[in-house]
Amino acid sequence: MGGNKLNNFKHGTTTLGFVFKEGILLAVDSRASMGSFLSSEQVRKVIEINEYLLGTMAGGAADCQYWLAYLANHCRTYELKNGSKLSVAAASKFLQGILIGYKNSGLSMGCMIAGTDLSGQHLYYIDNDGMRLKGDIFSVGSGSTYAYGVLDNHYRYDLSLNEAVELGVRAIYHATHRDTASGGVVRVYHIHQNGWTKVHDGIDVVDLHYKFAQQKGLVGDGDEAKQRLF
Amino acid sequence: MSYDTALTVFSPDGQLFQVEYAMEAVKRGLCCVGVRGKDAIILGVEKKSASRLQDVKTIKKVYQLDHNLCMTFSGLNADARILANQTRLQCQQYKIYYEDDPSVDYIAKFTSQQQQKFTQRGGARPYGISTLIAGFSNNKPKLFQTDPSGACSEWKATSLGKSAKQVKDFLEKHWREGLHEKDALLLTTKALMDVVESGNKNIELCVIRKNECWFLNENEVEELTKITAQLQ
Repeated sequence: MGGNKLNNFKHGTTTLGFVFKEGILLAVDSRASMGSFLSSEQVRKVIEINEYLLGTMAGGAADCQYWLAYLANHCRTYELKNGSKLSVAAASKFLQGILIGYKNSGLSMGCMIAGTDLSGQHLYYIDNDGMRLKGDIFSVGSGSTYAYGVLDNHYRYDLSLNEAVELGVRAIYHATHRDTASGGVVRVYHIHQNGWTKVHDGIDVVDLHYKFAQQKGLVGDGDEAKQRLF
Repeated sequence: MSYDTALTVFSPDGQLFQVEYAMEAVKRGLCCVGVRGKDAIILGVEKKSASRLQDVKTIKKVYQLDHNLCMTFSGLNADARILANQTRLQCQQYKIYYEDDPSVDYIAKFTSQQQQKFTQRGGARPYGISTLIAGFSNNKPKLFQTDPSGACSEWKATSLGKSAKQVKDFLEKHWREGLHEKDALLLTTKALMDVVESGNKNIELCVIRKNECWFLNENEVEELTKITAQLQ
């Protein structure tokens, strides 16, 4: 399962997350494909683990759904037994421990764990190789290269919430535009000190395409002379 | 029929005699004291040498479980060593699973769970110790006590072993909320000196601060006992 991850098109998805001054923004697409067959345009790739933790899904849907639900179960049991919540570091480390145990057995997962705890908002990347990375910007999936292009261009820590949402939406849109395995709608979540909020439940990327085109002055009447770039 | 020879047999009046007897072993053990202050917790314990030929300063009865977590006990020395080693291992395993340090609550519960396991198992006996576990969680000092039955509770100040009642009465009179480290140290030393035979060589003291543990050496203990004696 090693090799060049960036070209591993089995992960037909684009998911992204970044840390900024208002917390963490997660944005995902919603397409599921089986080869060249589009099985769904309405998949939910952000899994609500509990009121203070979110997980994103890339790779095998079954693996992600099951193990993130298992993680949710474990977090809750821990909270009940010990009277205090697991930190984001602890929850992500626990998941890594599970995935290392199944290394080389064929699990396929590229998740981000994002959440809030007593020490702030934190973002981790975990995958089926047992890798766990803490970071400020991640994008996972076949469309991640396109998303990184947009993200790295415009990311600043001091983005406002609106700017961050706009950036996340744009990055996913651009990935869905160029990557055939990504598409559907964009879903956006915001993690802050009081938990998480669903900012957008599903913005159709086709609508976004025409909205952004119009912003560039492209109205589809074929008159290239009118084109102006921002 | 005697109900006290097998661990896994309740008596008709609802007692597990082996557990009760284990608690009796604790009551006859050497005295230990724990005092929670505002910014430190003090653990103090009585040491006794078997004879003049034994080097008392090599007896260590306060076990360091983690960089800012310590444990002491009253009861059977060897049982304490085993339980401390199991708890030390658990502290490190917790870090491998969860990355964070375990909280004092978690470790105290773990220790008491270990003790409880041996109240429900045939062919084994309970641990003959009650422990005092001290450390910081979320920057707050905490002191826990566990006993052979597997019970676990948090305390402001407490004492175990011989003369525990006398020491607890003393602590009840003199403990107050928000003690500074120095005052808590003096209080612990005074409480121990009242019940320990002849002097400073027989006391071990440890100060648990937020990020470290300070084990007082022989000279420091001697100085402290001198100061405490003067305060009478």
